Amino acid sequence: MLRGRVALHDAQVDRMQGSPISTKAVSNVAIYTPDSAMGSPAKMFRGLFRDVSLSWHLAWRLAKRDISAQYRQSFLGYLWAFIMPIANTAVWIMLNRSGVVRIADTAIPYPVYVFTGTMIWQMLVEAVQSPLQQVTMSRSFLTKLNFPREALIVAGLLKQAFSLIVKFLILVPAIILLGVTPDWHLLIAPLALLVTVLTGSAVGLLISPIGMLYNDVGRVIPLLAQFFMYITPVVFAVPSSGLMAQVFRWNPATPLVLTSRAWLTGTETPAFVPFLVVAGLAFILLFIGGLLYRLALPILIERLSA
Amino acid sequence: MSSEEPLIQVAGLSKKFCTDLRTSLKYGVRDLAAEMVGRERGHELRPKEFWALNDVSFELRRGECLGLLGRNGAGKTTLLKMLNGLMKPDKGRIELRGRVGALIALGAGFNPVLTGRENIFVNAAVLGIPSSVVRQRLDEIIAFAELEDFIDMPVQNYSSGMNVRLGFSVAAVLLEPDILFLDEVLAVGDIGFAMKCLNRVREMMAHSAVIFVSHSMPMVSSFCTRALVMQRGRVMLDTDDMGLAMDLYMRDFPVEHRVTGTGGAEVLDVRLMAKGEPVSETDAVVDQGSEGAVELTVRIEHGERAMVSVFIDDIAMSQVLAVVVKDGRGEPIEFGGGTHRLRVPLGKLEMNMGTYSILVGVRSLNSQLSLCRAQGLRPFRVRSHNVTWSKIVREQVSTVLPA
Repeated sequence: MLRGRVALHDAQVDRMQGSPISTKAVSNVAIYTPDSAMGSPAKMFRGLFRDVSLSWHLAWRLAKRDISAQYRQSFLGYLWAFIMPIANTAVWIMLNRSGVVRIADTAIPYPVYVFTGTMIWQMLVEAVQSPLQQVTMSRSFLTKLNFPREALIVAGLLKQAFSLIVKFLILVPAIILLGVTPDWHLLIAPLALLVTVLTGSAVGLLISPIGMLYNDVGRVIPLLAQFFMYITPVVFAVPSSGLMAQVFRWNPATPLVLTSRAWLTGTETPAFVPFLVVAGLAFILLFIGGLLYRLALPILIERLSA
Repeated sequence: MSSEEPLIQVAGLSKKFCTDLRTSLKYGVRDLAAEMVGRERGHELRPKEFWALNDVSFELRRGECLGLLGRNGAGKTTLLKMLNGLMKPDKGRIELRGRVGALIALGAGFNPVLTGRENIFVNAAVLGIPSSVVRQRLDEIIAFAELEDFIDMPVQNYSSGMNVRLGFSVAAVLLEPDILFLDEVLAVGDIGFAMKCLNRVREMMAHSAVIFVSHSMPMVSSFCTRALVMQRGRVMLDTDDMGLAMDLYMRDFPVEHRVTGTGGAEVLDVRLMAKGEPVSETDAVVDQGSEGAVELTVRIEHGERAMVSVFIDDIAMSQVLAVVVKDGRGEPIEFGGGTHRLRVPLGKLEMNMGTYSILVGVRSLNSQLSLCRAQGLRPFRVRSHNVTWSKIVREQVSTVLPA
């Protein structure tokens, strides 16, 4: 059913770039029928890829809009990306020093451990929230105008990528300042962070359709994130034995945080194979999420727009 | 023009809606599951569902403007959304040939913190127009919006009028559609700008097939060449006789009958006459310009002295005409207690096309209190071939004077 939109965008591009289009011969045809898009999966996949590629321009504009607006109306600007992790780090250093919690020894100085952990965790959580946030933000025109809706998701990814770059550029000097010398792995560290963001986005994309229907979902994410943080080596080290060790081990966020941190700080990579498995799963989930989103949105729009 | 292929073809289009939100969400999840496994949706109504659109078919060619008329909930917006590809049909088929544009949700994507200039690019991107084109036509957009001095100011500092002007200008300058959808808002801003909008819309309409949803009959009358009158999701009438279509549409509005006052008087009977004949009570239609009158029977309590006035109300219950009831010497007629019959000429019924009703007021001359105010009596429609923007329409033979 989305063929018409594709056609429209093509035609507009043609027309706008001044290629002659006669007013009589109309080339683009849109047909809407009740048939399921999955009835012809090949066409459906082609449509998905075409729309994703067509949505780049819009996605770029939307991402640019949000990034400029975000920093224009803020005095501290980019620093906000660090205020939370710094505050969090301070709290955990205090808890650790005062002996309120006992944290197993970490391979790198504890402040670096917590700071990098919190930064990575923040990226993951923001990525999970992004798709739903993007859709909710555009709800007013989503139910009225026809445009490649994949653009909202792509714009979310672009925003994540931007924030990743900013965070990376400040993380590196901070790590060195705290007394840890990264090695060549630092060069591939952004890749690990990118996989982290994509995994988060895949999860976020999968829950976004249901999140549009029930706003409980949006509220539950921060709660769950808080809970998950404690079973992920963000502020705690991986326990060496016991039930918690198993929980940490099977938590898919663990390899993401461990690998990202290891590459950032130039320490031994403890969970590379699980990391690859999670990365692979993330790509599959991202694809499934994309399909689900594409199929679900028309149905959601008709149930939400009144 | 007529030899050209239709740009819009709609055949047997139907859409189900659900009356209950929870059930609707449940069906939504099921539809989604059916969609995932590639099964076609069921054609039958499930519990708590109804047909929001039922077997709608029509064709539209370039140069035609189709007005969708109907009360709220008749299915106009649903039809427009389906044509725009926002919802899937449950039955039937839509075929659109050509570029589709919509003057709907003006200024989509605007961010209040960004400047007008930046927002033009965002809004254009939502409409699917590349930045290179926007750059070429930027000055034109800004000039159309008359915002030269404010274009680099954040739009949150714009007045609401400036905001809609900018939104309209982006769409109006950049869109050059074969198929155009208009939903009510085709004129925004103050009166000067609104006229500019209408002119621009007229230009766009000249080479496209247009679908227009509006409740404003003067707009419909001046833009549309054809109309679909819809009722509960069905097409009741598809015609190019706009007078007929608007008349059918007006018939759909019930006029509320209401009596207030102290109860010291009562209107027992009202008859409407046109051209000296009684007007049918089941289908009260009066030709514009015909001579009208009412015959009233009023009962007034004993001991009261009262005067009677007659008004004509329009559909919004605002008064269009007041008739002062006087005797032959030009004095107001005074009525004592008892039952009175009187005939009140209304003069020429020169009201604009629409639905009207009679209001009878009886006021006490002793206490100045309203004894009876009976509103919405004898609803009738004034029929004519076109609708104007005015309340009163008068055809006058005029003289061309030597220059």
